[in-house]
Amino acid sequence: MKIAVCVKQVPDPEARLRVNREGTWIDEDEVPFVLNESDEYAVEEGLRLAESTGGEVVAFSLGPDRTREAVRKVLALGAARAVVLTDPAFQGGDAMATGRALAAAIRKEGVDLVLAGSQSGDQGFAATASVIAGELGWPHAWLVMGVELEPGNATMKIKREMEGGVNESSRLSLPAVIEVQAGINHPRYASLKGIMAAKKKEIAERSPADLGLDAAKIGRAGSRLETVAVALPESGREVVWIEGDAAAMAKALIEKLQNEARVLR
Amino acid sequence: MSGKIWVVVQHRDGKLHRGSREAIAAGQALAAEIGSAVEAVILGSGVESLAGELAGFAIESVRVLEHALLAEYTPGGYVAALAPLVRSHAPAFVISPHTYQAADFLPRLAQAADGALVPEAIGFLRVEGELQWKRPVLGGKLHARVRVKGEGVIFVSIQSGAFSADSAKVGSAPIQREAPALDGSQLMREVLGFERATTDQVDLTKADIIVAVGRGVGGADKLGPVEELARLIGGEIAASRPVIDSGWLPRDRQVGSSGQTVAPKLYLALGISGAIQHLVGMKGSSVIAAVNKDATAPIFKIATYGCVGDLHEIVPALSQVLRERAG
Ligand SMILES: Cc1cc2nc3c(=O)[nH]c(=O)nc-3n(C[C@H](O)[C@H](O)[C@H](O)COP(=O)(O)OP(=O)(O)OC[C@H]3O[C@@H](n4cnc5c(N)ncnc54)[C@H](O)[C@@H]3O)c2cc1C
Repeated sequence: MKIAVCVKQVPDPEARLRVNREGTWIDEDEVPFVLNESDEYAVEEGLRLAESTGGEVVAFSLGPDRTREAVRKVLALGAARAVVLTDPAFQGGDAMATGRALAAAIRKEGVDLVLAGSQSGDQGFAATASVIAGELGWPHAWLVMGVELEPGNATMKIKREMEGGVNESSRLSLPAVIEVQAGINHPRYASLKGIMAAKKKEIAERSPADLGLDAAKIGRAGSRLETVAVALPESGREVVWIEGDAAAMAKALIEKLQNEARVLR
Repeated sequence: MSGKIWVVVQHRDGKLHRGSREAIAAGQALAAEIGSAVEAVILGSGVESLAGELAGFAIESVRVLEHALLAEYTPGGYVAALAPLVRSHAPAFVISPHTYQAADFLPRLAQAADGALVPEAIGFLRVEGELQWKRPVLGGKLHARVRVKGEGVIFVSIQSGAFSADSAKVGSAPIQREAPALDGSQLMREVLGFERATTDQVDLTKADIIVAVGRGVGGADKLGPVEELARLIGGEIAASRPVIDSGWLPRDRQVGSSGQTVAPKLYLALGISGAIQHLVGMKGSSVIAAVNKDATAPIFKIATYGCVGDLHEIVPALSQVLRERAG
């Protein structure tokens, strides 16, 4: 089976973020970028399915030049090849514009299944892969916690997470788009051998023209959504800050929980 | 602005999802702002009593899309039933609660209706006459304001807690029924059944004190001091999702939208950033004390007490104080 896995690079969730001078996004020069969390699980699931069916994984990513690092990691983990959309015309899109571009790149490769993370750690649209499915006219499922190919590889049984710790089990036919939820598996680490091998693997670049895409339909130009400003969230209730070193904070906190909040005896 | 506001509600087992009322409240607030009217839309099979419940809100009408193939939610069923209607009636907005269900079908509906999508809105505002939406980005660490460009229907999902369900105004609305044309080939997937993801051996909902750890704890091997603190303070251990996904604690310890919903007297949040999916599971706690090394972590927005520092230092110090008190 030929499996596409869509990955994205996002700011490290551990990083301290600074709003840029224009107030429109974060200062990207100051933060380290990592592979988006749920995408890591999608990569692992793709590799497992490829291994069990004797197929291969092709990684797809849309982003600026640095996205090649993210893709290199996926190649080190075991993907066969990668396709990247780093042309500036592709950048800054909403879920619709980004999904449209990725779908065009995937269509050209002819795959049997698309895997992606369920939500990105930056914009968090939780919609891009569904849009890819819509463009391709395939079924999709969001928040998938289990996949099982059925005999013949024409259908797949999936478990989908619902609120409150319930899973829905359902069946869909392939080709399809599966949006993987964190926790579906335990992602592997790249081996030294994998890292070495990745250096020789192909990372193909596709331009809007290669994909037959109108520049007005992709990236910032093709987006209906435009971010005007970002800011720190406003406070709901006022937090009481406990100051001092660890010992002093501990003492003050226990005292407050006991005598002020009265939640400790 | 012309064009109505449609609110597509969510329900299960004969009950409206709480987010549905919040979405109606959001729709009413938006209608007041732009001078429009709200219509509630419900899809399903045998949903008369829910339609009746919706008719009790101050809205213009309730639209019931009845079909046997809508008895169980499927993205294909919802998109196939709604897309032609949205195209022919051209509401200005289609609003739904930002639930796991909405995130599953709303992007495809928006796409099928050639509309714009604003996922996970937490509010709207007018800036120099222009309507803008607020939504969390970067795991809730920042809030973005977005504008929608161009023409066409705008699809918005409303994040849980952004609008108060209690503020939804009551009234009386007529109900109209429609039977969408559907066939089984459009459903996109066949629902086989439902099961609990965990055994729920640990019932966190009964705990008075919860000591919850997040990814900031750094590993299963670092849980010892936290366990000791929980013992000394008489609390149950709970965790955010990454802790569970990494296998540091079993899944029945997870608090949040896909875990348990708790409301203890005291919730001690250690190394938890405070993403919305975690907050919805614990924001009902009477007192929230948060320990985090990042003073801008969203958890501090709902905390009663905040300690900025390293949990690996503060947790043993807390245990020390409790030991001294016990004498
Ligand atoms: C559909 C869906 C459902 C989800 N369901 C849930 C759910 O049910 N429950 C849930 O929790 N999440 C859920 N999530 C995930 C959620 O979005 C967040 O990713 C998650 O809550 C983050 O967990 P965290 O705060 O532990 O980790 P992070 O966001 O990584 O935060 C770690 C925090 O620890 C702090 N820290 C690090 N080291 C230290 C230290 N030494 N001392 C003190 N502080 C430190 C950091 O400053 C940071 O704030 C869901 C996500 C999706 C998309």
